[in-house]
Amino acid sequence: MASILVIGETDDAGLTAPTLELLGAASRLSADLGGGVALALIGSGLADAAAAAGPAGADSVYTADADSLASYQTDSYLPVAQGIVERDSPSVVLMSQSSMGRDLAPRLATRLGSAAIMDSLGLEVDGDRIKATRSCYGGNARQVVTVQTDPQVITVRPKSQDPLEADSSRSAEVISVDVAEPTLRARTTGKEQAEADGIRLEDAEIVVSGGRGLGGPEAFSDLERLAGVLTAAVGSSRAACDLGWYPPSQQVGLTGTVVSPTLYVAIAISGASQHMAGCGGSKNIVAINKDPDAPIFSFSRFGIVDDYKKVLPALESAFAEALD
Amino acid sequence: MDVIVCVKQIPDPETPAAAFKVDEGAMQVLPAQGISPVISPFDAQAVEAALRIKDASGDGTVNVVSLGPDSARDAIKHSLAMGADEGYHLKDDAFEGGDAWTTALALSKAIRHLGVPDVLIFGRQAADWDQGTVGSIVAELLDLPSATVLRAVELNGDSITVSRVVADGFENIELPTPCVLTISNEFGDPRYPQLRQIMQAARKQVTELTAADLGLAASEVGAAGSRVQMHALFQPTSDVEVEIIEGDTPEEKASGLVNALREAKIL
Repeated sequence: MASILVIGETDDAGLTAPTLELLGAASRLSADLGGGVALALIGSGLADAAAAAGPAGADSVYTADADSLASYQTDSYLPVAQGIVERDSPSVVLMSQSSMGRDLAPRLATRLGSAAIMDSLGLEVDGDRIKATRSCYGGNARQVVTVQTDPQVITVRPKSQDPLEADSSRSAEVISVDVAEPTLRARTTGKEQAEADGIRLEDAEIVVSGGRGLGGPEAFSDLERLAGVLTAAVGSSRAACDLGWYPPSQQVGLTGTVVSPTLYVAIAISGASQHMAGCGGSKNIVAINKDPDAPIFSFSRFGIVDDYKKVLPALESAFAEALD
Repeated sequence: MDVIVCVKQIPDPETPAAAFKVDEGAMQVLPAQGISPVISPFDAQAVEAALRIKDASGDGTVNVVSLGPDSARDAIKHSLAMGADEGYHLKDDAFEGGDAWTTALALSKAIRHLGVPDVLIFGRQAADWDQGTVGSIVAELLDLPSATVLRAVELNGDSITVSRVVADGFENIELPTPCVLTISNEFGDPRYPQLRQIMQAARKQVTELTAADLGLAASEVGAAGSRVQMHALFQPTSDVEVEIIEGDTPEEKASGLVNALREAKIL
């Protein structure tokens, strides 16, 4: 019996970065909680990802491998996840606060007679409970909560936990799970892929982001030019996305992507709490804003108080010169 | 098509950070001076989605349910002013101190009590606790298919076609009715009630329902029935000290910033 079950996710490269982070967190928690760490993988073509589970910190890995599970759908994944949890009977189930985790965790927890805590930033063991610290009120407050029923289902914000150093001497026992043909009520009929030219937001070492203060969608092409110089990804505040200035896939914030680059350049972004929930983990924030009282400055290491329209061309050439 | 929307009244999420205060002892957010509570913005978008489904289908009703103290009535009135037909307020001292589970339990009983509609709509999360679970829990309790975090909802004969926001794009999903949907901010602006509609809504009756009306014992709801326990509520502090780069021209500021980043070994 494992004490902690991580429901992981895979992509073309194997286990996703948030899955490795969850296994790191699970290993640290299980040292205090007792018991082992199991990983559940639901998908198709999982052999390589399953082989990476041991080195990443899992003692065992359940694989539910079927063509019908190639992409996440509530109705196909829910009974499989339920089956694995009931078989493993963990006291804690961890998932990423991803598109899948957001959708699956509350339904799974309810089906198991328990409850879910969403989007945790910090986890610590308290007796047989996990105390989770999570952001609320759009990032203005933090609460510390426990699930009093079992299993304790918890989703974890990407980049809030450190993965383990991969240890190739470790291996995990692979347990293959039978998959019944799913009964789909809600059915995914297609997917529109966001344009993915350039660097993925969540992987970027440098992110250049723009907000409502840009005044219009045209300014994002200036940001893209600056990003080109810095080899950076371009992000946007929710306000700018909601105005249709930039695609929702590039939104940084509570309801968008969480980034933690080395350098986050916030241009004409006021620094609303719900935006900081997405970029507050950045190692260094630089703000350019004409309002000296903008909240963004209180989170920033460096700031320029000026109209971005005047600063941006100068900044582009200064960076180009410095990085030449 | 008959639609039920579940809404929540919350402290205004646009409250400036400086006016946001927490009573750590009581584990409560203190009402900000002069800033009125509002319907959770995602919930107003959920009401908008419901009204569009009703309009597209040509008949049916949009009814609104909210669980909460007296102030929840304002979220219901706002929805009625937007064009919803009837309002139901789940109001009982026994509901106090509840969590997402007890809220969803009471809502699911209320929906059964009113009759399960063709479509049940929620905001993707209430902009106070930001958990985003109540819609999914209700779907599970009523054994209905669900789709969450949606930017578009369309009536397609007897079924519903939706566009779900995912990390790398959008998924198109088709659902039979009855089903549960949760609406995300990408859906677009909800209609703003006109004065005439606000006055009409003010005259509409809101039906109040207690735990007993829903067949729930006091021990099943509120703090007594909660599955999640809160141990602390506090405001995060930032320990960063900003260095403002000065200069007479934008060029000076720009080169000053680049130099500072180099000295700090960030570049």
